[in-house]
Amino acid sequence: MTQVAEKEILLNGTQAVAYAAMYADVDVTAAYPIRPYTEVMDTISKLIADGQLDAEFIVAEGEHGQFEIVKHASLVGARTLVGTSGVGWLYGMEAIVVTATDRAPVVAVIGNRALDDPGAYGVEHNDALMVRDVGWLLVWVDTAQEAFDTALLAYRIGEDPRVLIPVGVSMDGGFLTHSEQIVRLPDKELVKNFLPPYDRGKLRVHPDNPISVAPQVNEDWVTEIRRQHDEGMERARTVIKEAYESFKKTFGRYPGTTRDITMPENPFVEPYMVEDADVVLVGMGTVSKPMKVAIKNMREKGIKAGMLRIRWFRPFPAEDVMKYLANAKVVCVVDRDYSLGSPFRGGVVYHEVRSSLYDLDERPKVLSFIGGLGGREITIQDVEKIIKIGVEQRDTPLTRHTYWVNVRGDPW
Amino acid sequence: MSEELEKEERMYKSIIKTIKQAPLEEFYASGHRTCQGCESALLMRYLAKISGERTIVVGATGCMYVANTTYYTTSWVVPWVHTQLGGSGGAALGTAAALRALMRKGKIKEEPINVIVFCGDLGCADMGLSGVSNAMTYDYNLLIILYDNESSANTDIQETSMTPYGAQTSFSRPGTARRIMKRRWKKSVVPMIIAGHRNVRYAATTSPAYPLDTLNKIKKALSAGGPTFIHSLDPCPKGWDYDPMYSHELGTLAVETGIWPLYEYIDGKIIYNEPTKGIVEGRIKRKPVREYLEKQGRFSHFVEEDFEHFQKMVDEMYESWEIPGVMPIKSVELARK
Repeated sequence: MTQVAEKEILLNGTQAVAYAAMYADVDVTAAYPIRPYTEVMDTISKLIADGQLDAEFIVAEGEHGQFEIVKHASLVGARTLVGTSGVGWLYGMEAIVVTATDRAPVVAVIGNRALDDPGAYGVEHNDALMVRDVGWLLVWVDTAQEAFDTALLAYRIGEDPRVLIPVGVSMDGGFLTHSEQIVRLPDKELVKNFLPPYDRGKLRVHPDNPISVAPQVNEDWVTEIRRQHDEGMERARTVIKEAYESFKKTFGRYPGTTRDITMPENPFVEPYMVEDADVVLVGMGTVSKPMKVAIKNMREKGIKAGMLRIRWFRPFPAEDVMKYLANAKVVCVVDRDYSLGSPFRGGVVYHEVRSSLYDLDERPKVLSFIGGLGGREITIQDVEKIIKIGVEQRDTPLTRHTYWVNVRGDPW
Repeated sequence: MSEELEKEERMYKSIIKTIKQAPLEEFYASGHRTCQGCESALLMRYLAKISGERTIVVGATGCMYVANTTYYTTSWVVPWVHTQLGGSGGAALGTAAALRALMRKGKIKEEPINVIVFCGDLGCADMGLSGVSNAMTYDYNLLIILYDNESSANTDIQETSMTPYGAQTSFSRPGTARRIMKRRWKKSVVPMIIAGHRNVRYAATTSPAYPLDTLNKIKKALSAGGPTFIHSLDPCPKGWDYDPMYSHELGTLAVETGIWPLYEYIDGKIIYNEPTKGIVEGRIKRKPVREYLEKQGRFSHFVEEDFEHFQKMVDEMYESWEIPGVMPIKSVELARK
């Protein structure tokens, strides 16, 4: 292992990304306020004011402008940071989509927040999931350390000439955006080794390289362009693996871990006690905390439960999901989102997981649990109940697909 | 020489006095598929000609995108990027900010690069206005050009806030119950820009029917420094319903009737140009608006009362406004009395 000069600092999830952007030496940032993502921009602004980062800080007139700013800056060759939450993400959606279709590898922090109406500041994953189908790389982080590491990785992966796709670093509003944890910051010189300068090559917009970007192609070329985008998304799988290995080699620890706490080394998912589990919980983000405690409690009672936390949602790790869930009897997907009117009224992650398992010869039962919407806590007791439902459904024919966790008036 | 003097030198001493002094090189070349008689295409040609090769042009969605920048046939010799309909301001800021940051940090060569963003009625005056306004509050060197053909011209000629009073569009068709569907008066964008954004040193109205004036205004805008703004009235044969050979004639008539005053705002002063100067100084009499309106099919449903209303509104612009044809302010004069 490489000897590294690290220092420890207390940061919350959004601040951790701001620090990563500072280490990545971003050139242009665009801010617009909305809770709970905002603190990343508060922090960036202070870092620039204190001379710790040399970047343009532009306050946009709205999220649409915010994403147009970074898109065009990125096309000119600048490394950029942007972000938003909830309805702000939706307000910027048009610009957000073309950021991906113009292949501008901006990095965006999405502090997950419920969509209005009714208003709520708390976490719900539907905001970020809105770009599920339009070609953004999407990753959900669980700790401030993982937020820092993943943001650095996001620049490395998104800007790779094989990929050139924007990356959304999603984190649970409140639970991670606002909770401070110890983050280990690496030596700045090592970051230079890990993260090469952003180079768009022949795609850079500059008088020396007079190209036309996004002229109208009409029906002639859109199919080919979407296909190319998809190929970039597929190549990202390889690039992600390479980047995580390179991170480990450079900084002497696997992304998301500290030297004291180790995690299984898989960039796409975090498996926890999953090898021999009958009932496996699947979720994204900070729901892993109550899950892990509940799993330990249930194991003491002799119930073999485990967890698979999805980290990279796009590209979706179908192979890893197959690998880790092949031996499970029941899979309980806990969604902090919902897809109204979808098959069996399930959550978004539920459908992705269920689809991933289809080709298995012996498929586990897959149940959908919708919970913690708008920032409501998913408690250890809630997770224990989910596991119990999983156990009940193990040996009987499936009677119900979807459960709403702890909802008033519904005996779940 | 002080920086201020240098700026003035750049801005005024390099004025093109005859059309023969205009650069020969074209950076908006063949390939576009705009309509015959399209004055907006002419404006694009002027702006590319004057700005030269060290330029990045950004174009918002509009007829100059869909009829102009088609894959295989793009007419831009300089780098060109598309931005969304409401994205003009953000695109201008992002491009200019990236250039500044990359040059300051030594990541690209330090040199002046023009950033020009053009947008139509919707992209600048309607949906894109908040973004354009935001761009005008920063000190980046950028020029935003509103090419105004008084309609949404690539989607079948729909009404916008730039459409003149009473004009027919597919959103404002005269009917048996209502003869006039477009009852709101055209919005004045340059006054909004200059009244609301203190750091804007240069803004102007222009018309491609006056090539020298237009070329010089683009030149001045690009050398003024900071955010600048130009609003160009571009006659549109398709939308205005007239024979393409009359584009220039309608452009001049819009000015001569006083409907479209030509002026520039330089560091707090309004300077009138071309016939507007004579009109405001009382040397030239305004032509009746009827001469302009009658030549266009979009006003063919006008009756006497409509011409009168139009004439009254234009008369007011010159006779009772504090800054004739520019700002509808009368209070200062009242206070003086």
